[in-house]
Amino acid sequence: MSTTESTSDQVETEVVIDPNAVSLTINGKTVAARKGELIIAAADRTSDFIPRFCYHPRMKPVGMCRQCLVEVEGPRGPMMVVSCMTPVAEGQVVHTETEQVKKAQEGILELLLANHPLDCPVCDKGGECPLQDQAFSHGPGESRYVEEKRHYEKPIAISDLVFLDRERCILCDRCTRFASEVAGDPLISFTHRGNNTQILTFPDEPFASYFSGNTVQICPVGALTAKPYRFKARPWDLEETQSTCTACSVGCATVIQSSRDQVLRFQGHDNDEVNWGWLCDRGRFNFESINSEDRFTTPLVKEGTSLVPTSWSSALETAARTIRLAVSSKGANSVAILGGARLANEDARAWAMLASKLGITLHDAQLDDGLPTEVFNLPQATINDATSATTVILLSPDLKEELPVLYLRLRDAATKNRTRIIEFTTRASGLTRYAWKSLNYEPGTQVAAVNSALNDTEIAGQLSKGNVVVVLGRANLAESSDFTAQAYNAIAAAFPAATVLPVLRRGNIRGAATAGLTAGNNARSILTAASEGHIECLILLGADPLSDVPDLDLARRALAGAHNIIAVDTFPTASTLRADVVLPAAAYAERGGTTTNLEGRVLPLSQKITARGTSRPDWMIATELAEQLGADIGVESIDDLTAIDAPSQTLQVLSVAGSSAPERNSYDLRLVVSRKMYDNAVSTVTSPSLAHLSIGAGIYLNPRDIERIGALVGKDVKVSTSSKSVILTLHADESVLKGTAWVPFNQPGTDIRELMNANDLIVDVRVENLS
Amino acid sequence: MSRLTDANVAIAYEIIGRYPRPKSALIPILHLAQEQDGYVAQDSMKHIAELVGVTPAEVFGTASFYEMFKFEPVGKYLLNICGTLSCALMGSEELMHHAEKRLGIKAGSTTPDGLITLEHAECQAACTEAPCLQVNYRYRFKMTPAELDTLIDDLAGGKLADEIPSHGVLAMVRQHIPAERGVGAVAPEEVNESPEWLNGKSAL
Repeated sequence: MSTTESTSDQVETEVVIDPNAVSLTINGKTVAARKGELIIAAADRTSDFIPRFCYHPRMKPVGMCRQCLVEVEGPRGPMMVVSCMTPVAEGQVVHTETEQVKKAQEGILELLLANHPLDCPVCDKGGECPLQDQAFSHGPGESRYVEEKRHYEKPIAISDLVFLDRERCILCDRCTRFASEVAGDPLISFTHRGNNTQILTFPDEPFASYFSGNTVQICPVGALTAKPYRFKARPWDLEETQSTCTACSVGCATVIQSSRDQVLRFQGHDNDEVNWGWLCDRGRFNFESINSEDRFTTPLVKEGTSLVPTSWSSALETAARTIRLAVSSKGANSVAILGGARLANEDARAWAMLASKLGITLHDAQLDDGLPTEVFNLPQATINDATSATTVILLSPDLKEELPVLYLRLRDAATKNRTRIIEFTTRASGLTRYAWKSLNYEPGTQVAAVNSALNDTEIAGQLSKGNVVVVLGRANLAESSDFTAQAYNAIAAAFPAATVLPVLRRGNIRGAATAGLTAGNNARSILTAASEGHIECLILLGADPLSDVPDLDLARRALAGAHNIIAVDTFPTASTLRADVVLPAAAYAERGGTTTNLEGRVLPLSQKITARGTSRPDWMIATELAEQLGADIGVESIDDLTAIDAPSQTLQVLSVAGSSAPERNSYDLRLVVSRKMYDNAVSTVTSPSLAHLSIGAGIYLNPRDIERIGALVGKDVKVSTSSKSVILTLHADESVLKGTAWVPFNQPGTDIRELMNANDLIVDVRVENLS
Repeated sequence: MSRLTDANVAIAYEIIGRYPRPKSALIPILHLAQEQDGYVAQDSMKHIAELVGVTPAEVFGTASFYEMFKFEPVGKYLLNICGTLSCALMGSEELMHHAEKRLGIKAGSTTPDGLITLEHAECQAACTEAPCLQVNYRYRFKMTPAELDTLIDDLAGGKLADEIPSHGVLAMVRQHIPAERGVGAVAPEEVNESPEWLNGKSAL
């Protein structure tokens, strides 16, 4: 032992040796690893690549493909092991490139290729295919197999979005493991045996998982392909840039891939704190909407009753004149801004600066369909905080439908027994199966439900065991958000150390709130003011009140009552058709900047393609409008809008009105209205692959209520409040609480919002047979 | 064809009760379904999925691994003629030709009256008795074409009904363990005491 070493030993006697640290040798290099880690994972931190097909760092190893064989020295000489199934050990000596290893790896590849059709020239995976790449890097170069290969029908649709080519499949178990282990939707499985082993769905049950697109991304061959990308491009023609998905507020890391200035694919990117590489199908495939022919490409102004194309200068001038006239005649309070959650942080800041310069205080980025943005001022939790918490309380919508990747993360935490979930819900949600306790409540009674849970010794005991994270969002659009706020306050009073993960769903609602686009007022009072004729100019920033405001009648009256409407949007919507001026905004992937996810994490947005037509980024529209109005906001480029957000004030509780729900007449059913992943959202309906996936309007009742009413499942029924009625198709759903009725929001067909009034605390409906 | 009958559902629950996890009862209940319909029908696979708490795809994945589960209707009697080495040497090919001619069908198909499905089989582990065959997995040894004719006549005439039940019925007598006589199902992770026979000693 050298002198230096002994000296350092003496100095470091105080150092505690990490019991989980393991040191091993890979190809002569010393590698530091953690106890329990796999050899292949440790080798990934060195320059020595071990070939693999089935191993995926986010899933349990199965040792299915045998491609990652390496040699480990043992007492009886070197031994061949699969490095994806063998944990590291102290002093282990691993060789990944000896003659024996090469021979084994070449042998496996030859076997994998025995039945694999070499149709690479017509295969979508060609060029980015692990089998192709590793056949070149680790394969024998030629095959001794001259017999006829296995043949199957090619390809078969295993869902609306995913196609399976069984000839190409190498049976690595990645897609099936993803489906059961990660997504919790084991709808595909290995079937048959031996040479006939193949992945299949049940004959008439498609792989209708919200996460099916991930299997396409992780397939190491071209066996699984996604309809929206099939035969669209060759990987070597794709250019890519990293960005963040804004389909909801989870903030999944994505890679935008384009060719010839057209977005062709989104891929998930692994962000350890957020999405772990996964995307939901809506986020993955709604890129199609960017390429939609329906987009606004040029500014429009109203002439007579129709919108006609015009130049930017004249449209901006008209918009500026409208705003100027409104401010000078009726004051800044006659101008209101709705929306902003579609915007990047920089866009939201530009509009907030313009609003404050003009003295506009009426603005809201939500449309009366979320929770007060005070939730961002409560003690905050990150996604990782939630997934490592002892207990997670869900006072939220169905996360599988609204924030799908957050559902994956919480499901993972619950199934690995790290976290216990206590769910308060009106019907079974995606997480109900994984919840430790799923507690049903009738709308309006969540405070009572929370209080009785807190008084339960078992639940109180669980909550006292460690940290508690409350996932807080708007579960029901047909009830006042005050009930949720009161329920949260009850938890906060009992467990002041509990932190909050706010799950407002709109893409960049948190960024818009931080920029100040939600300060001061709320959508309902703005809409009410508009309906009463107090709003001279209503500016819609990617907002569509006619589709999104729960009180449809209020939205209609507001848009009719607003004297002028300026819409800044990418797509024609019900509301933009009512506008006097339409300013076309650049879409996702056509503008850069940053977005803020539900945790408050600022994430990059990248521009990959040129904006369609003459559409412009929202910040630029705000800046130019400011210039026209003589209200210079001092912005020359997007860089002027980069800001470090000041820490916001912290609240312990939410402000509540203390409302209490009226008694329900026993003949009535209390209405629950919530979202499904696929609905009439503009990015979904303008994506051809997703447009037809909505379940459609309908009403879902507990079978016992259906029996009591004497109605027939599958038939239309009359659903009425004291003042109005609509016709909806009746469905039975065991998980709907007796005495309540569930209606999916914003679906094709009859609009349930006809029955919803913003001032009602809850909505009770009567369901009757049509006669 | 059909979901499990109420009587079979009751048996299925009894079977499920023998295992720590419902899913472990999958294969016994697949046999029950095959006993009911003579094959494993799609609807019964869906029903089994509900009963044991997995998806139909998982039921199909497991069931299709096993050669003896049929997913299309087969005859009342499944005639498997062994074609592996010993039997082939002792004339199983001639036996198969004879069977095809006699029944008027090719191997792999069913007689139009739904009585017999004829199949090739691999080694049935009775090489000393070659050529052998099985009717619903009941052996017939050292078969000659004449004996095969008699067998087919007897099957058609119902003479073997006592010995050979219709396809799917594994045993004439069903095992029943009354609930109060069972030891009860305990999930492995819930076992917190060592078994009695260890008598306090450590396992290793």
